Amino acid sequence: MIKIDINKKLHGSNGKMNLDVDLKIDEGDFIALAGQSGSGKTTLLRILAGLEESTGTIKVGNEVWLNGKKALASQKRKIGFVFQDYALFPNMTVLDNLLFVQKDKELANKLLKMTELIELKDRLPNTLSGGQKQRVSLCRAMMNRPKLLLMDEPLSALDPAMRTKLQNEILTLHKEFGTTTIMVSHDPSEIYRLANRVIVLNYGEIINDGTPKDVLLKTSGSQKFSFEGELLDIVKVDVINIAIVSIGQQLVEVVVSDEETKSLKIGQSVSVSTKAFTPMIQGL
Amino acid sequence: MIEILQTIEFEPFLLSFKLAGLTTFILFIISVPLAWYLSQTGSKVKPFLEAITALPIVLPPSVLGFYILVALSHNSPIGVFFEDIFGIKLVFNFTGLVVASCFYSLPFMVQPLQSGFESINKNMLEASYIAGKGKFETIIKVALPNIKPALMTAIIVTFAHTVGEFGVVLMVGGSIPGETKVASVAIYEFVEIMDYKSAHIYSAIMVVISFLVLLSVYIFNGRAKKIGV
Repeated sequence: MIKIDINKKLHGSNGKMNLDVDLKIDEGDFIALAGQSGSGKTTLLRILAGLEESTGTIKVGNEVWLNGKKALASQKRKIGFVFQDYALFPNMTVLDNLLFVQKDKELANKLLKMTELIELKDRLPNTLSGGQKQRVSLCRAMMNRPKLLLMDEPLSALDPAMRTKLQNEILTLHKEFGTTTIMVSHDPSEIYRLANRVIVLNYGEIINDGTPKDVLLKTSGSQKFSFEGELLDIVKVDVINIAIVSIGQQLVEVVVSDEETKSLKIGQSVSVSTKAFTPMIQGL
Repeated sequence: MIEILQTIEFEPFLLSFKLAGLTTFILFIISVPLAWYLSQTGSKVKPFLEAITALPIVLPPSVLGFYILVALSHNSPIGVFFEDIFGIKLVFNFTGLVVASCFYSLPFMVQPLQSGFESINKNMLEASYIAGKGKFETIIKVALPNIKPALMTAIIVTFAHTVGEFGVVLMVGGSIPGETKVASVAIYEFVEIMDYKSAHIYSAIMVVISFLVLLSVYIFNGRAKKIGV
């Protein structure tokens, strides 16, 4: 059981705010931290890693990591941390990056085999692709056999195909090592696939906490299909108006009336919804 | 040509290099923690420390030399302390020159190291802390190996700058052959006694050495940038 009850004043991009989080996390959970940028997700992660000061309590099992202002040093927390920009050591080979954490060759080789990196073990990080670098970073984080694995948008710099591959590897490692994992993510499909609990932060406070299904499925009333997207353009074709909306990676066209056109602004977030009685679903 | 070279007294050059080598070594040990502190701190003392560190760049060497001379002479408490406790005299000998050079060349070691440390991705250092490594191990194994160009610049420029110093050396050391008469002082004396031939040879050697040193720094740094270390 991980108990978190912390408070920290932040001077973020949205002015002053108070990060105030009270949480209990079960061991072995996979938590996704979501919320707009500037809501305090990364700060919360860094406080858990001991990289940032705060006041309150953090208890992990029987260990006290934070008591009032007294914090246990990052070095002693035995955590894994995966940075968005990989943060590998450029002067060390892939294998040495892992061994730097723990001189455990057996574990290092096992991790590299699991992530199909074993052939690259003598390469320097700068010769690897983004996806390969992030896998090395993930392996390095596991070298501590961490009780708590923290990931700060680990996959946001990667292309969709590579994301899916790495999501599977993250899940495999999470289960194999029985870690508790907290991952900052914006990607609903990623959260749905990996996490068993989603916590949404806004201005430093938890505004939503539940299973991915409860939190992410944005249907209300009798609507069955509902998507959020950005209104890119409204084009007049003959007598009708067509709104072009970007949803996820796709663009869709929706017919809108003259009345609706007046209330819409190009660039704003919109939700597109319809009642779907007989949808077709086909494999691609 | 060979005859001329044979008549040259190389002792001042050897002395210059010995002084520069020792100064560089001592300054490296002092400057790594200082530059690290300056690069990581957000404290209010930082600008004061930075200004003090940079002073030798703007002060006339005579001012620096004068104060060092006053501070280290046997009339000052520091001079008396060293003479009574360790039996070391700090002016008009080689030891005094090393102390003075360390003050004089300090910014040339600290500044490149500091900007090198500042350029390091902070996440990389944090990754090292999370891996359980302390500050010392992080500096030695992660920070320094990843700022090789800055490290190289700091060491070589400090060395070259110490070889090239004149004013401070003259003030603190005088010109005692084999003890404090370094190459730059020797050239000054040749000109004073109008021995232009020797002055020419000494000066030419200094120009060539300085050029080669700087050339090697730029070649190394150019290559390091290419392979991205």
